Amino acid sequence: MTILEGTKDHTYIVTGICTQEAVMRRLEALGINEGTRLILMNQKKNGASIIKVRGTRWAIGKDIAAGITVEQEPGEEGKA
Amino acid sequence: MNTIHIGFAGNPNCGKTTLFNAYTGANLKVANWPGVTVEKKEGETSYKGQKLKLVDLPGIYSLASYSMEEKVTRRCILEEDIDVIVNVVDASALERNLYLTLQLLELGKPVILALNMMDIVEERGMEIDLHRLPEMLGGIPVVPVSARKRSGLDVLMHAAVHHFEEQHSSRAVQYSPMLEEKIARLEEELGKKNPGLANTRWHAIKLLAKDEEVCRAYHIELPEVLDQNYEKTIINEKYRYIEEIIEDTLFYKEEKGAFTDKVDRLLTHPGWGMPIFFGVMAVVFFLTFAVGDFLKGYFEIALEQFSGFVLQIFSGMGVADWLTSLVVDGIIAGVGGILTFLPNLFILFLALALLEDSGYMARVAYVMDGLMGKLGLSGKAFLPMVLGFGCTVPAIMASRSLEKEEDRRRTILITPFMSCSARLPIYVLFAEMFFGKFAMAASFSMYVVGLFVAIGVAFLLHRRDKENNHTLLIELPEYKTPNVRTIGIYVWEKVKDYLTKAGTTIFIASIVIWFLLNYGASGMVEDVADSFGALIGHWLVPVLAPAGLGLWQIGVALISGISAKEVVVSSFCVLFGIANVNSKEGMAALTDQLGAFGFGPLNAYCLMLFCLLYIPCAATIGTIKKETGSVAFTLKAILFQLLVAWGVAVLVYQIGSLLI
Repeated sequence: MTILEGTKDHTYIVTGICTQEAVMRRLEALGINEGTRLILMNQKKNGASIIKVRGTRWAIGKDIAAGITVEQEPGEEGKA
Repeated sequence: MNTIHIGFAGNPNCGKTTLFNAYTGANLKVANWPGVTVEKKEGETSYKGQKLKLVDLPGIYSLASYSMEEKVTRRCILEEDIDVIVNVVDASALERNLYLTLQLLELGKPVILALNMMDIVEERGMEIDLHRLPEMLGGIPVVPVSARKRSGLDVLMHAAVHHFEEQHSSRAVQYSPMLEEKIARLEEELGKKNPGLANTRWHAIKLLAKDEEVCRAYHIELPEVLDQNYEKTIINEKYRYIEEIIEDTLFYKEEKGAFTDKVDRLLTHPGWGMPIFFGVMAVVFFLTFAVGDFLKGYFEIALEQFSGFVLQIFSGMGVADWLTSLVVDGIIAGVGGILTFLPNLFILFLALALLEDSGYMARVAYVMDGLMGKLGLSGKAFLPMVLGFGCTVPAIMASRSLEKEEDRRRTILITPFMSCSARLPIYVLFAEMFFGKFAMAASFSMYVVGLFVAIGVAFLLHRRDKENNHTLLIELPEYKTPNVRTIGIYVWEKVKDYLTKAGTTIFIASIVIWFLLNYGASGMVEDVADSFGALIGHWLVPVLAPAGLGLWQIGVALISGISAKEVVVSSFCVLFGIANVNSKEGMAALTDQLGAFGFGPLNAYCLMLFCLLYIPCAATIGTIKKETGSVAFTLKAILFQLLVAWGVAVLVYQIGSLLI
């Protein structure tokens, strides 16, 4: 699944990033890489989302949200 | 003794500029959202007799060369004489900040880590092991500082000077054996080909990451080593090391960021976010007009008394009539008329400063992303537009934070439609003169019209270009109580700019307009209709008449308004010989004089619309040219805005004339 299909306040583990090369490198430089935990803080109907990664909140557009594949962290729902 | 050059580098919004201001006494703008510093700034200070040149660099997350800020910072550190790097980090977000630290350490220059915002670390119940942290960062000095409370500043400068004298550079990350082997091979080859190259390790790492600039400048033919792009592996290994550092140095990681999360639930709510934003802006403008108007009364009284005082002194001294007219009708009417609007502007600047320093501004990018997406732009492009309510010049510069050139150009084209503070005196004056109790609504409608025109233009450009690759990626900082000093600097700088403009541009413009109205081809004229001003204004009458602005005086005022938009008001003061146009008597006199030409509320509204939309001021035109580097684009933008202003004003006047 991607962040677009995620549920607000749930914690996920990043399993992959598939978007434009430059954006992908930028996300990785920001610490959003495979194995990173993230919390989906908020999501709009258009897909724009707020995620919390390594203690920092990021607002990301639909295209980026659709490019980050995640899996739910077992037993860690809604925790930072 | 040589001057030591110290570069302040760090993530956006980590407090670099506040620290820079604390050392240099400068008053550079700071705010609580990423991307405030878009170009490097320099200042000087000294420590125990040692001269220091400090360079405040734009905030960056990495030393890649993807964004303009990264390019500026990287070029400055590598190519210019930065002797010591002070890496300012937000200690409350250490994990994210350390990635840049590890990259800076690889540059081979002395680095000092300034741990800023330690007070927030304590507030959140976190502790940082200040002994272990430097050990894990190759032994570099780590100095806790508080830029806001001005603590730790001497220790930091001592460390910078001492570290420079020792010429100690450090290495922290040890990559996997496979990468280290490749780096060693490349360093050897780089050393052979470029004997003077100081930091071969950094260049080798960048070659492995296929960095465009480094690959172009230091091309190496080693296909067995450079067999693929290793950037991802390098990033991952750095973050693995950062996780080790965090594990070893950060304790009691109790999450107390709940306040920001709670506020965000409301302010960035999918349904409520946008109405709240528009509500906030409505409150800002209500305060600007209502509270500002209340304070304005005192300024009017002062101006009236000053004008009378000067007149009395001059007549007592027997000063020539032309000089009295120049000072009273030209300078005092023009400059003084503008100064009476200062309370309105003060309130507007104060409100914008509070919004920026609280951390709300970055949320606006997220809230507006849906709407901006329909225009082919990311929500980030909305930030320059909001800043445009203050002043168009920094707003256009803020468009640098957009990665794509075409997005930047489109944002630059639409930002001048956002009503800047310089246009406020025009609205306040004409709305109060012609719209009575609906004055505030008439003025506020200008902001709405400006916003809709900007959105409409962006939409049409989007349809024409069919671009659909907007990408929102912006950090949302913690909310915080606005800092009195930061707000004070912001508001004072804006007020100072306004006063400076009144004392320079508006002062000169007032004299020029006085000259144009009092002199003609035959010398000083009795009848203003024979003046140069009337001659120039008459040329524009046929063009402006369909918009209900067919008076030569309006033509002169609009031309002079290109120097600065406030000059439109001061021009009216000089053109109609009204000393205190902002007072009740002044307004009544101007309304009567304009009314004699058949100029009514519809004409006034069209004038306000035209002033909102036509050519931006000279400073903005210069900034557009500087930011785009294109004379052709700048000229096209000017022509386009003129056409839009004329078209909208004509449309409103013609339809309005049919209805009224």
